[in-house]
Amino acid sequence: MDSKMKTSRRAFLKGSVAIAGGSVAASAGAMEADPLITEVQDWATATGVGVDETPYGLPISFEKDVVRRNVEWLTASPISSINFTPIHALDGTITPQGCAFERHHSGAIELRKEDFRLMINGLVDKPLVFSYQDLERFPRENHVYFCECAANTGMEWAGAQLNGAQFTHGMIHNMEYSGVPLRTLLTEAGLGAAGDLKDKWVYVEGADASSNGRSIPMEKALDDVLVAFKANGEALRMEHGYPVRLVVPGWEGNMWIKWLRRIEVADAAVESREETSKYTDVYEDGTARKWTWVMDAKSVITSPSPQMPINHSRGPMVVSGLAWSGHGKITRVDVSKDGGITWEKARLGRQGDSKALTRFYLDTEWNGEPMLLQSRAMDETGYVQPTKQQLRESRGENSVYHNNCIQTWFVDENGVVENVEVS
Amino acid sequence: MGSSRMSKSLNQIVLPVAGGTALALSVALVVANLDYGQNKISSLEQRVEQATLQAEAAGRKASEEAAVVADLQAKIADLQAFAKETAARGTDLTEKAPKKDTGYGLGREALIAEIAAWDVDVLPDGRGLPAGRGDVFTGEEVFADKCASCHGDFAEGVDNWPVLAGGFDTLADKDPVKTVGSYWPYLSTVWDYVHRSMPFGEAQTLTADETYAIVAYILYSNDLVDDDFELSHENFSSFDMYNKDGFVVDDRPDREYARWSTEPCMENCKPSVEITMRATFLNVTPEEGDETLMNHAAVEDAPTFVANTATTDSGGDKEVPDTAPLAADPALVAAGEKVFKKCKACHAVGDGAKNKSGPQLNGLMGRMMGSVDGFKYSKAFKAAMEEGRVWNEVELTAFLAKPKAYMKGTKMSFAGIRKDQDLTAVIEFLRTTSE
Repeated sequence: MDSKMKTSRRAFLKGSVAIAGGSVAASAGAMEADPLITEVQDWATATGVGVDETPYGLPISFEKDVVRRNVEWLTASPISSINFTPIHALDGTITPQGCAFERHHSGAIELRKEDFRLMINGLVDKPLVFSYQDLERFPRENHVYFCECAANTGMEWAGAQLNGAQFTHGMIHNMEYSGVPLRTLLTEAGLGAAGDLKDKWVYVEGADASSNGRSIPMEKALDDVLVAFKANGEALRMEHGYPVRLVVPGWEGNMWIKWLRRIEVADAAVESREETSKYTDVYEDGTARKWTWVMDAKSVITSPSPQMPINHSRGPMVVSGLAWSGHGKITRVDVSKDGGITWEKARLGRQGDSKALTRFYLDTEWNGEPMLLQSRAMDETGYVQPTKQQLRESRGENSVYHNNCIQTWFVDENGVVENVEVS
Repeated sequence: MGSSRMSKSLNQIVLPVAGGTALALSVALVVANLDYGQNKISSLEQRVEQATLQAEAAGRKASEEAAVVADLQAKIADLQAFAKETAARGTDLTEKAPKKDTGYGLGREALIAEIAAWDVDVLPDGRGLPAGRGDVFTGEEVFADKCASCHGDFAEGVDNWPVLAGGFDTLADKDPVKTVGSYWPYLSTVWDYVHRSMPFGEAQTLTADETYAIVAYILYSNDLVDDDFELSHENFSSFDMYNKDGFVVDDRPDREYARWSTEPCMENCKPSVEITMRATFLNVTPEEGDETLMNHAAVEDAPTFVANTATTDSGGDKEVPDTAPLAADPALVAAGEKVFKKCKACHAVGDGAKNKSGPQLNGLMGRMMGSVDGFKYSKAFKAAMEEGRVWNEVELTAFLAKPKAYMKGTKMSFAGIRKDQDLTAVIEFLRTTSE
């Protein structure tokens, strides 16, 4: 199996090199004419599919590999588990909902809009209950934000483990949300009863069995948190919290409560299971960090990557990747081909989105030389994405969450790519 | 000097000075006393009065203009602030939703019964706890019935399900065992979570008393209470968890942000780079049907990257090589084989090599540490294997130079190779036996 794959890859590479060589060396007349061009194809003579065939479309069958995948051994049950966005196969920045990663603690639930209730209680002037329709009557905003699970890249703390950008970095998606600012709803209930807002919190929980309650400091709640009901223009998917989820820009995905049912204004953090026993970071000396909410700047090359080997001949090649920061905008991404000895600036696909994915490209050449590909993001605060050594030096190796280290892909002379760790 | 000229010159003096009227007056009076007779004083006084009025008008105009300037400056400041804000927002030009302090009058007041049904969270100080009690004995029964299928009879965890007991003093290990006993800082969290979200698939079915009993049993299974212990809303908040002081609020801003916010290196950032670990050896990536997501690159294909060579040597007409460019130096290999005599007592290498008192060394370069079947490794090498560490030139050089220093706890009773040239040679020899 192995040798067969390798042989066919080599044969393919050689073949493509020959074609590329031919196009340069020989005149066009020496080539055999391409039947795809010279012969009339079926699709060019018969008719296609009518507009009444597909009321809601899925990607064409040829793209069936571009799907979420999970890693069975990670969790005890797929009901309380995670899967990964196929970031290796996507471009641009917006993640289609259908392949955006899911993380549930008690499974994804079906909650009708008619059955949806959102309660605001605690230290408010008037505890309120909203229906779904109520939410759509408040002024709303649209924003693009990334949502990254704090455990993204968590399996890589101790060393290179999973062979694919989907698995090492796929606990992330990036969507355009439509929703009501949380501050609008808090104002509606009235914060007079809360007194000084400086040391106040909101506790948010979902309607599912896990409830996944989290405490958010009031300052953040009044800043940019959204109560969202649409993503990428359409209703949220069930697995992302239909009909209403919380969007907490730049902060770890676990706080983005799905199937949102209750917002409580409180004078202390609840210290729920999700913010004590989980989503806390154990450092080398055994002490833990809590309230590590912000996702620091990070990037990864999505192509080439282990699932996206180089399968073209030598010459022009596009290195493509994603960068993001929970602190704001990505201002620069550097790419290295030699494992961090030399770096060059990548081209940012679209700049300026705060707390959203930024696409980067390095328009370069590959001539069959082995490479150790790395990318390094910088955000508007001046923070530079650290190496794995820097992270380990600061925190040790017994951590799970918030691994934002520089990733290395080894590209061999055949264009095969592998997840490695380097000196 | 004509009056028009004089008033003009006064104008010029007075204009920039709002309070200059008095000065103009005294100048005019001095001039009058020198050049004109007493009989002209009254007409002069009229002129002075006129000049004063003009000066005042000019002063008003000046302050009006100053106000316009101030206004413009404020507008510029506004524009600059807007530009800054816009720049800060980048392409996110969303206008903020309007704010209405009086509210929109949407939603309805939540009823007390509704709040009671949903607001069930429990805080560390015990707020939110309902009245009730449960002892270890009862807890053991309820736990066996409702929890043990996943968490085990003794809270030890079945398969991949969470372990709830034990793990004390493992938090500083590389794989800390984070249980209720060893890690959870607050008892309220246990009560809250069990009551709200457990049992898995039957959440919110436990009574308050059952919850107290289960929590008491979990404490007992962690040896934190005796078997006659009863937990209730009365003694709840007096119970301190083992790891209550083990948490610090996020200190990344102080610990890392400043240190990692310096201008990054772009060239010659390190002398050389070697692969120290490869994901393929762990073989933990899921496969799909016949199509594997894994690749199967051979270990010896991994090159070392050196500053100023790997990146610059990428000429367009270079052939794509079929094998890794690692030609062995025959003389060095021969020298290495001699050095290897020191190792032969314990290690075999070559065709049919078997484990002796040391593991066989075929394919050593690129081999996972501690990975030879049938050899009883030290704990140190077993740990190295679990970490996925791989033998390469750097690791082997360090190990063979000072085995006990490099791998604390190794069973290999060999002091190490002192001469650098011997080290290089034996490693070259072992590299050839790896191919």
